[in-house]
Amino acid sequence: MTARERIAGTVANYVDERTGAAKWAKKNLTKVFPDHWSFLLGEVALYSFIILLLSGTFLTFWFDPSQREVLYEGGYEPLEGLHMSAAYASTLHISFEVRGGLLMRQIHHWAALIFMAAIVVHLLRVYFTGAFRKPREFNWIIGVGLLTLGIVEGFLGYSLPDDLLSGTGIRIAEAIIQALPVVGTYIAFFAFGGAFPGEAFIPRIYTVHVLLLPGIFLALITAHLMLVWYQKHTQWPGPGRTEKNVVGYPLMPAYMAKAGGFFFIVFGVTAFLGAVASINPIWLYGPYNPGQISAGSQPDWYMGWLDGLVRMAPPLESHLFGHTISWNILIPGLIIPGILFTGMALYPFIESWITGDKREHHLLDRPRNVPNRTALGAMSLTFMLVALINGGNDIIATNFHLAINQVMWFSRISIILLPPIAFVVTKRICLSLQRADRELVLHGRETGRLLMLPHGEFVEVHEPISPELAWKLTAHEQAPALALEDFDARGVRRRGGFKNKIRKRISRANAEVIAKPTASDLKEIEHH
Amino acid sequence: MSNEIEAIKDPGLPAHVHRKTDTDPIAEKRAERQVAILFLISALGTLLFIYSYYFIADDVFIFLPVMGSSNAHQLFLGLGLAIALFFIGAAAIHWAKTLMPDEEVIAMRHTLRSEDEDRDAFVATVKERAGAAGLGRRSLIKRTMGLSLGLIGLSPLVLLRDLGPLPKDDLTKTSWTAGTRLVTDPGDRPIRPEDLEVGAVAQVLPEIRPDQKRTLNDIGKDAVLLIRIRPEEFQLSAERLSWTHEGIIAFSKICSHMGCAVALYEQSTKHLLCPCHQSTFDVPRAAKVIFGPAARPLPQLAITVDSEGYLVAQKPFTEPVGPSFWERSS
Amino acid sequence: MKRLSQLRRSRFSSPLLLVIALFAIGTTLSVASASNKSELTVDQRTAQIAEGKQIFLKGCSSCHGLNLEGSAIAPSLIGVGAASVDFQVGTGRMPMADMSTQAVRKKPVYNAEETAALAAYVASSAPGPAIPDESALNYERDGNAAAGGTLFRTNCAMCHNFAAQGGALTQGKYAPTLMGVEPKHIYEAMITGPQAMPVFSDKTITPAEKLSIIKWIKGAEKEPQLGGAALGRVGPVTEGLLVWTLGLGLLIGVAVWLATKAR
Repeated sequence: MTARERIAGTVANYVDERTGAAKWAKKNLTKVFPDHWSFLLGEVALYSFIILLLSGTFLTFWFDPSQREVLYEGGYEPLEGLHMSAAYASTLHISFEVRGGLLMRQIHHWAALIFMAAIVVHLLRVYFTGAFRKPREFNWIIGVGLLTLGIVEGFLGYSLPDDLLSGTGIRIAEAIIQALPVVGTYIAFFAFGGAFPGEAFIPRIYTVHVLLLPGIFLALITAHLMLVWYQKHTQWPGPGRTEKNVVGYPLMPAYMAKAGGFFFIVFGVTAFLGAVASINPIWLYGPYNPGQISAGSQPDWYMGWLDGLVRMAPPLESHLFGHTISWNILIPGLIIPGILFTGMALYPFIESWITGDKREHHLLDRPRNVPNRTALGAMSLTFMLVALINGGNDIIATNFHLAINQVMWFSRISIILLPPIAFVVTKRICLSLQRADRELVLHGRETGRLLMLPHGEFVEVHEPISPELAWKLTAHEQAPALALEDFDARGVRRRGGFKNKIRKRISRANAEVIAKPTASDLKEIEHH
Repeated sequence: MSNEIEAIKDPGLPAHVHRKTDTDPIAEKRAERQVAILFLISALGTLLFIYSYYFIADDVFIFLPVMGSSNAHQLFLGLGLAIALFFIGAAAIHWAKTLMPDEEVIAMRHTLRSEDEDRDAFVATVKERAGAAGLGRRSLIKRTMGLSLGLIGLSPLVLLRDLGPLPKDDLTKTSWTAGTRLVTDPGDRPIRPEDLEVGAVAQVLPEIRPDQKRTLNDIGKDAVLLIRIRPEEFQLSAERLSWTHEGIIAFSKICSHMGCAVALYEQSTKHLLCPCHQSTFDVPRAAKVIFGPAARPLPQLAITVDSEGYLVAQKPFTEPVGPSFWERSS
Repeated sequence: MKRLSQLRRSRFSSPLLLVIALFAIGTTLSVASASNKSELTVDQRTAQIAEGKQIFLKGCSSCHGLNLEGSAIAPSLIGVGAASVDFQVGTGRMPMADMSTQAVRKKPVYNAEETAALAAYVASSAPGPAIPDESALNYERDGNAAAGGTLFRTNCAMCHNFAAQGGALTQGKYAPTLMGVEPKHIYEAMITGPQAMPVFSDKTITPAEKLSIIKWIKGAEKEPQLGGAALGRVGPVTEGLLVWTLGLGLLIGVAVWLATKAR
């Protein structure tokens, strides 16, 4: 035994005698993880969160979350001698006097944008591959929760410096709160400690941003990861992969090295962005003043869709019995997002209701093999994209020589017309791809080589595909539509008739697929 | 039908393909060197980071394509950190890919569902022990427990009452009263009608006494926009026309939609545009909404001149300024 | 030897003569040129107005009318002042090429002399804002950047954006970027209110305040990127775009490399 082995043994023994860790460690160091690049998207989000914690802690050592008025004497000439909040002044101090301060501020903000982008891309991957199905429904709901909280956390974060742009965002948030029927003005006054802007909001959101939400994030992320760990990661269908196994690489050493290395990659790319690209240059925005506004004011991208919905909303307001309900704020700001996110959270249950599928699934779907789900996803994405684009309609107008009025009308019409079109187009594309797969399996790959037969006919030589590829293209299930009888065996009409009718209709549409080729089909073809 | 059709079979895991580094010792050594170089680059990055922190002054600027004149301290500090981090990752990944074992391993999934006997034992345990607690039987305990837990749930709500004052009539009042002078923002200079030309615009606030201080809360309600057009261009009711003075009209600057400052005046069209959500207001028609999501025109401030010829408010705003709320009656 | 002869032969005579000569030439030149710039003689002025009228009739009257009265497609120029002409013609906006939404800044058609002539002609029709004098445009000395920033954010940023990069107005109009605009033209725009821009009278924004605004704009223009590439100085839109292209692109690229089997 070498000296190193002896020391390691002593340490391991010390820990194991107090925690019994050896058994757990032995089992988990050999845990198998499937390897695909699309499984790293969640890791980008996880590592971005850690980067946010680290860079954020750095910033808290200098940031003063107070709205009390101070006189700026810091050395940035265009703001010299101005009155501003301590929060803004301390952010200027971090940016200009603390070495590495501006770099850390930028890394923190870039990491936040990447965090949200990674969550969205990860969500799309999980959605389109059906990884949210049983037993992973809880994890999906936790994920939607993380997305929602991430949006709030990001908004609160960039509002902390109290600059003109983020202050405008807070003003708009206050207007949404104020618009709530019955309780709006009370909640707004409680949140702001009085009228807007007051002096209480920034210190309060600091506590939420630095303590409450990170705490909730840590808990939810831990639960999210523990579920993935315990339930084991899903895997793509392929040769040797079944619902009952996991094929991949063991945690130690390959997966640890790759996953650990990827953390440094994410941190490095974020630091690179922080080094070369300016983000949130608050010294140019100036301190917040409710009488000031900049052209082209937008929230960060993950809230851009909300801004876009609010911009395109029709000017509807009801005045009833001495009270006002602002539909032009409530519908785009609360009701539509509420419906979207609730629908998103409940989707695993909606889909299992439609398909009647109550089994566990550990093999992923190729999106083309589930055309309805893929088309629904494309439809939702189209909706969000139109809303997002409309959030930047004034910047688009200036840069592409359009009128904001034109862009606005385009968005109002597209957000209703384009999603259903996207649904139909995507579904048709999925079915075509299924047809192409079927062709590939039955007839092989087109080699482009032409052969002249003795009697003069030209044929293209097709190469049969490998059995591995044939399996990959046909491994998926194609369940028939639900057979829900209106009347049971004794002629009694089933309860829930209307619900069942809808379920049957959707289930039938859902089961519209191109039949996958079978070995029998192959044998038939061989004969001619 | 189904038992006649034979599905395509799973051919099983393909045979393991060895990497060059597995079979060729020269390739292996080369991969090792590559990993080492990557780690070294990272070390250089850290050195650049430390050097930049201590030795590059923050008023040194260098010119780079695409980026323009850049702050050298910030750029090299960041690049040093980025290189330091990125190449540790690149080294670890390259090491794993080329030198660590890459044989695919199969592990079996365990059924998540517990064994029937475990489930039955669980149900039995819960039933027995819940029965022992007696909550079902002992309704007096159940009810009083419900009462105490429910009441204590109210205590945090009670504690939060002092988060803020009740709105009362704060949202309906501004600092404008009869006779308040309009002063420039910034500058606090009173304004005469002759100071504004046709087509001119001025940002104004109510005058404050020398001992008073203007807070952001005040600005958030009191900000007013003063616009001068030709008097004959107004299309107003007689009452609203009486609130103008020689073609000068005053509106609350706080958008009736969501509270941004509507300061953007287009002289050629006489429209006000709010940059937040593009609500457009027509000045000659008392800021009537002609585009965008705002549902109400901007409140108009009635103005006139005082005995010294300065513009003053005739009376307070006749409606609350800013975004709508439940208690707003119109 | 006589005193003068002695002096002439002194070794300081040459340098002294040089200095005297330089002084004399310099003074004469500045006196002569100063009188040219600030005051034309009555004759020179009349000639300038006549020249301006000729240029106007040839290049502007088709839209602005033979007597500056305007027409259906162009406003009257009576009373707009020399400052308006200097701004519009000096920035190339006039003559207007594309009649669709608004006049855009482009390479001026008329040179400085022709522009001055046009301005003099228009100013001769009725009193209007005058071209600010050089001495009145010393923003470095007379302006305060911090005050200028506050003034800019209150009066200008809602159209021109917080960093003077420009912004959208209604129906396709836009407030242009202020980067690369001469201080004189910025001043003239404020006092004449071209096209959709309102007028900022000298009583509501004093001349000193106008100079502060110009000082702030020039400072923002010259200010190097403090945090890295500025991404257009338009805020979160371009920042988000960068994340979704460069940021995610790099990360997904590395992820694909990570998961690919080595050869």
